[in-house]
Amino acid sequence: MFGRALGKALGLVGYTVQYGCIAHCAFEYIGEFVVCSGPSMKPTIIDNDVVFSEHLSRHLFRIEKGDIVIAKGLSDPRMNVCKRVIGLEGDKVCTSGPSDIFKTHTYVPLGHVWLEGDNLKNSSDSRSYGPVPYALIRGRVCMKLWPPHSVGPMKESPTGRIIKTKPHSDWD
Amino acid sequence: MAQRAGRLYLRAFVGGFFVAVPVTVTVLDRVAYVARVEGTSMQPFLNPEGVSACDVVLLNRWRVRNYEVQRGDIVSMVSPKNPQQKIIKRVIALEGDFIRTLSYKNRYLRVPDGHLWIEGDHRGHSLDSNSFGPVSVGLLHGHASHIIWPPNRWQRIERSLPEDRGPLLSAHAAEEEEEEG
Repeated sequence: MFGRALGKALGLVGYTVQYGCIAHCAFEYIGEFVVCSGPSMKPTIIDNDVVFSEHLSRHLFRIEKGDIVIAKGLSDPRMNVCKRVIGLEGDKVCTSGPSDIFKTHTYVPLGHVWLEGDNLKNSSDSRSYGPVPYALIRGRVCMKLWPPHSVGPMKESPTGRIIKTKPHSDWD
Repeated sequence: MAQRAGRLYLRAFVGGFFVAVPVTVTVLDRVAYVARVEGTSMQPFLNPEGVSACDVVLLNRWRVRNYEVQRGDIVSMVSPKNPQQKIIKRVIALEGDFIRTLSYKNRYLRVPDGHLWIEGDHRGHSLDSNSFGPVSVGLLHGHASHIIWPPNRWQRIERSLPEDRGPLLSAHAAEEEEEEG
């Protein structure tokens, strides 16, 4: 009788471990649901929106300029930030504000990305803490799931801060 | 008869596969990882014979799940210059420490919050914080706890700071004084 109870307990532990591992693999490599808070991505994402962040792009190194990403905080890795990628490594980004007379630029170093919130007036991002290492990115926000009236894919950047690189066709 | 046995074997194999792969991946991500040390940046402690015999270390991933490390630990991190590469270095200073650098653009600096200062033991042959600055704690991958290959170098890695490297002013100075007293 004791042996049967032990057998069942071990079976239960085995199933828990197996499904726990499958859950870990799903959250780590496929994606997760994220509840966002804060004003830094208005109007694209507002307080208490639920989004789906997929992790495949990050592991396959296919994050692109203009993607909205969830990243670990630079000064506190236990906090996550949700920002838009304005520049990848080697890209030119503008470090001066829209109201400055003299525009300053910098190039994003190797292995890093430049993140900015869509709500430029109320966002602490790479403009204050500098470029963020690529490996801190957790996933790419691909869809908004809540509130129901704004369900769907993410919109393009409303700030116009992404410097588009010209294709090499100057001598056609 | 043989066909049925073959089908049963296939079902068992596929079932086992779906158990083994997630469990293995979870163990490698969360518990422990085994890695070969390449390069000479941690000589003479790791890879003392250079390219001819590379050490293999056990990386404890469970230990760094809360990003807790101490000065003198050997840790593996994702390289801030290349997210596809991992580097193994020694932690010299934690956030808030005030240190003297070896070959960085600033002679003295305070390690920012959420960052670490890492250095390779082999000075001058190491790509570390002296070239790319403090690294974010979020890039921590694992804590090197044991050398497991070659067998004659099997040992537990103890925490130790080089004598002349260490914080000038430490954010945790009060705790250290209590331990000594």
